[in-house]
Amino acid sequence: MTALPTKSEEAWRYSDLDSLARVWPVPAAEIIEVPAGESATRVIVQRAAGDAVVVRDYRIMLRRGARAALFVLNAGGKLGRIAIDVTLAEGAHFELGGAIVGGSEQTLEIVTSVSHTEPHATSNQTVRSVLAGHATGNFLGKVAVARDAQKTDAVQSVKAMLLARTATANAKPELEIFADDVKCAHGATVGELDKAALFYLASRGLPPAQAKALMLQAFVAGAFVALDDADERAAIEAQALEALEGLL
Amino acid sequence: MLTITNLHTAVDGKPILKGLSLALNPGEIHAIMGPNGAGKSTLAYTLGGRPGYEVTDGSVDFDGTDLLALEPHARAAAGLFIGFQYPIEIPGVSNVQFLREALNAQRKARGEDALSGGDFLKRARAQADALGLSMDMMKRPVNVGFSGGEKKRNEMVQMGILDPRLAILDETDSGLDIDALRVIGHGINTIMRQPDKAVLLITHYQRLLDYVRPDFVHVLAGGRIVRTGGPELALELEREGYAQVAA
Repeated sequence: MTALPTKSEEAWRYSDLDSLARVWPVPAAEIIEVPAGESATRVIVQRAAGDAVVVRDYRIMLRRGARAALFVLNAGGKLGRIAIDVTLAEGAHFELGGAIVGGSEQTLEIVTSVSHTEPHATSNQTVRSVLAGHATGNFLGKVAVARDAQKTDAVQSVKAMLLARTATANAKPELEIFADDVKCAHGATVGELDKAALFYLASRGLPPAQAKALMLQAFVAGAFVALDDADERAAIEAQALEALEGLL
Repeated sequence: MLTITNLHTAVDGKPILKGLSLALNPGEIHAIMGPNGAGKSTLAYTLGGRPGYEVTDGSVDFDGTDLLALEPHARAAAGLFIGFQYPIEIPGVSNVQFLREALNAQRKARGEDALSGGDFLKRARAQADALGLSMDMMKRPVNVGFSGGEKKRNEMVQMGILDPRLAILDETDSGLDIDALRVIGHGINTIMRQPDKAVLLITHYQRLLDYVRPDFVHVLAGGRIVRTGGPELALELEREGYAQVAA
């Protein structure tokens, strides 16, 4: 049996290990293998109630030219952790759209490790977090580019919105690049709701909670723009809105 | 309809309005003119209830209600509209979605039924057409990528949809070319020139007043009204300059 992780392990640095101990050891990773040239889309909504501890691991293997798109809403439980380990073969593409919506004493995290092992593979990770109360939202994103993986194009865009000074957002990109002809971009911002915009909405008659919900909904929707199926997109956006309204 | 008495407003602790008094009756259009820094925008923001604009003295009565006691959204529901000098861009939030929610929030606050999606779109289209804004733009995120003139048209479309009783329009004419000015002026007249409504036009220049004829013109300087007259006062200001007239 594996030992309970400690904070000295990079991937668990900001986690809630006391809560983790309640469910340790966690089940083995679910394996998603996408054959050459095929594509797969998964929508994962984690809205466990109350003090639940949810730890899910995914191991995704993308063969030559394969494509996987994962859309995650991580909003439930005392600890909610979605860890995704991806290996890309030549010309494969990995798309992640992740949203974290949390309040009170929640710790919610998305942890990715994306390995570009062969040339011409691309990955795009977009994460939007909204945190209230004493919540902690973490995104730890590791991108590894192997020596042979020339022409890799890997992007991470991470934005967090804090609704209270007591909430915490951690964004930790980690690049490990052994090829010399690659593009790896990452951006991370932490901000608050635009007060001028809130006043503008209020001046038109929107009560504060509704004005905030409207703006946060738009912010979080940024994580789901790559979800092609309009019905699925509307469904996960509706779930996100419900979670958001719980914070206001 | 609106009675402002001895209004004092401070921003960051600095007094801007220093004893402003003004009364608007139904059916009237008033223009407030004044040099930069006189407190024109501060007046609009104070009436709108913008956080940071602290009223240190005075009162504002809006049809028997203490306007200053209401939160900004409640002022809107009571029938007040603020036209912004610099309309805010809100990425990701569609114009029509936001306006429908805003209108229905106002209706709910007044105890009226919500407008259906179809009825709302009909109303939105009519106003957009009248102001020369396409429905395509109405569906875009609020003011994002709009030119200066389009933002001001959008303010007037919003006013038309929300149908307020009192509009405070803060430099709605700034940054407009002559054609846009005519369209905006026509919009203000159509939407607001009615026996039970009133308008406070805040402007630097006389030219908007060629299209929207005010019943009264006030000169704001140093945080208070220093002169009041008819439309001819605007022409005098244009000719003589503020320094002369406000002295």
